[in-house]
Amino acid sequence: MDLFEYQGKQFFASYGMPVSPGEAVTTVHDAVAAAERLGTPVMVKAQVHTGGRGKAGGVKFAPDIDAVRTHASNILGLDIRGHIVENLWIEKASDIAEEYYVSFTLDRSAKAHLGMLSAEGGVEIETVAEENPDAIAKIWVDPVEGLSQDQCRQWVLAANLNPDVTDQTVELLLKLYKAYTTGDADLVEINPLIVTPEGKVHVLDAKVTLDGNAGFRHDLAPFDATQPRDEREAAAHAKGLQYVGLEGSVGVIANGAGLAMSTVDVVNQVGGKPANFLDIGGGANADVMAGALEVINNDPDVQSIFINIFGGITRGEEVANGIIEAMNRVDIASPIVIRLDGTNADEGRALLQPHLSDRLMMAPTMLEAAREAVALAEGAAS
Amino acid sequence: MSIFIDENTKVVYQGLTGSQGRYYGLLNRDYGTQVVAGTNPKKAGTDVEGIPIFASVADAVEATGANVSCVFIPAAGVRNAVLEAAEGGVELVVVITEGVPMHDEAYFFNKLKADYPDVRLLGPNCPGLISPGKANIGITAGHIAKEGGPVGIVSRSGTLTYQALYELKQKDIGCTTCVGIGGDPVPGTSFIDCLAAFEADPETEAVMMIGEIGGSAEEEAAEFIAANVSKPVVAYIAGLTAPPGKKMGHAGAIVSGGKGTAQAKMDALAAAGVRIGQSPSEAGDIMAKVVAQL
Repeated sequence: MDLFEYQGKQFFASYGMPVSPGEAVTTVHDAVAAAERLGTPVMVKAQVHTGGRGKAGGVKFAPDIDAVRTHASNILGLDIRGHIVENLWIEKASDIAEEYYVSFTLDRSAKAHLGMLSAEGGVEIETVAEENPDAIAKIWVDPVEGLSQDQCRQWVLAANLNPDVTDQTVELLLKLYKAYTTGDADLVEINPLIVTPEGKVHVLDAKVTLDGNAGFRHDLAPFDATQPRDEREAAAHAKGLQYVGLEGSVGVIANGAGLAMSTVDVVNQVGGKPANFLDIGGGANADVMAGALEVINNDPDVQSIFINIFGGITRGEEVANGIIEAMNRVDIASPIVIRLDGTNADEGRALLQPHLSDRLMMAPTMLEAAREAVALAEGAAS
Repeated sequence: MSIFIDENTKVVYQGLTGSQGRYYGLLNRDYGTQVVAGTNPKKAGTDVEGIPIFASVADAVEATGANVSCVFIPAAGVRNAVLEAAEGGVELVVVITEGVPMHDEAYFFNKLKADYPDVRLLGPNCPGLISPGKANIGITAGHIAKEGGPVGIVSRSGTLTYQALYELKQKDIGCTTCVGIGGDPVPGTSFIDCLAAFEADPETEAVMMIGEIGGSAEEEAAEFIAANVSKPVVAYIAGLTAPPGKKMGHAGAIVSGGKGTAQAKMDALAAAGVRIGQSPSEAGDIMAKVVAQL
């Protein structure tokens, strides 16, 4: 779950880290009012779930209220890498003497937390990693031991920051590590972490990804409310289905994440374009199947549907009955191709046999089913 | 032979009194697995269809000699359940539960490594493991697997694992052990752990590996295979056309920053001499040819 910059800053502030005062707004009028309360100069910053805001013109310095008005009206509605700007963060502008970079994330290979700290902040860390990898000081933190004061100090010293701010930086990074772990973040990143001309270390940007699995011990509702909405994804998640919206015309339903990924692959391999990834989980009863078909059916781009089920503990007859009952409940616009295999597949196929038509077809293998579904989608489009 | 579990394995189910734990625990028993105990601190002294319930894993181990625990506890309780199992004295902890927070996984993985180095963890978010004809622990449909050998299977995906077992059975090829390592970011048991165990198992003569996008476990496995595995390996990798930046069902199945793509994994494995199937069926066909030439 990606947070907006301002939410990330509020998250950091709740762990005692220094951030600038600011206000989140959605209109030019409110942007101006916020700037009047904060006092100019301010920064006008697009709040979007993507990087590259600055280059796209989504971050502007406003020396006075007129500039706030101009920038706010230009940035609202701006398209940044496919994300339309609906939210702005108006923040008291800071003077910058130095810019650093810091982040924590999981190193999946090392199975430990990886901290990265660099005196070269304010640019993309990938660029630093490529051009001057020695400028990044890395630390691997054992999740059981945690980050000690001494380790943290060694790490800060290794990064060759301004020695005058060592103590402040150590203190801030310990808080950042605490936010990362006790806040259940997958990623915390500050770029830039700045030093002001007065020598204060300060959080100027915030990138935070929280772990949606930790919702049982945190209130994630405010962040969930501002997630980018693909309506299809929202509808699927409400039904407890694992769904990822794609751009194509072949609706995909499969049981199991691996099989669903594999189904998307095979549709692409035979020259089609999947409309989605949809995993209905291990079973395939009528309720789940009907819910999945509804979600797919509401996608206007879908021209054919490929149902790919492998029966394990769920037997073929149950799967077949689920599909038949679901089709009775949902009025489906597109033709369906089913591949049913696994436990009692023959019995399941026999149950489906009397229902077959040019709206409901069956194919013996994944590949053949994919070919049929793609041909149907292309036929409908031409 | 088989790896990790066999006919002598005795299993305690943490969460046997819950609906999922009960359903799969009893299915596992029907398969022939020695399901000797369940735990629930509030229901100690009762039983589930004749399987005694104890207050803790330690009590269950003491009373029944259980040497494996299978965890069906909801995500919020998994961290404590895993530590309780390790402390209770089992050799293997199998966590079926999905949706465990990353920080909990990172914590208990490292805690076990430090304090209980002899305890193996499998999962979380995994289907479990089966040594066909001997023991089945978790949610795999036992009857789709043919017992014997010569193939060992290790997989990050549940359904694709079932498919692999089923296709091999239809080709009359048996399986020594099939291990589902799960789709989470910090899997307790890795491809490498399983490859090493299969390499050492005399009855396993070839290995089927099913990977997916995200992380670099397949690349690390490729390096290990090149250096340490003499037996033929066949692989399939799911997610070749998955869009970057999206979690594809599994928490760990995500291409981020251009890393963890299926293509990079296939290239690394192919360079290590692994034969790659472009679909699960093709991987099955390749394995049939490999087995015919053994």
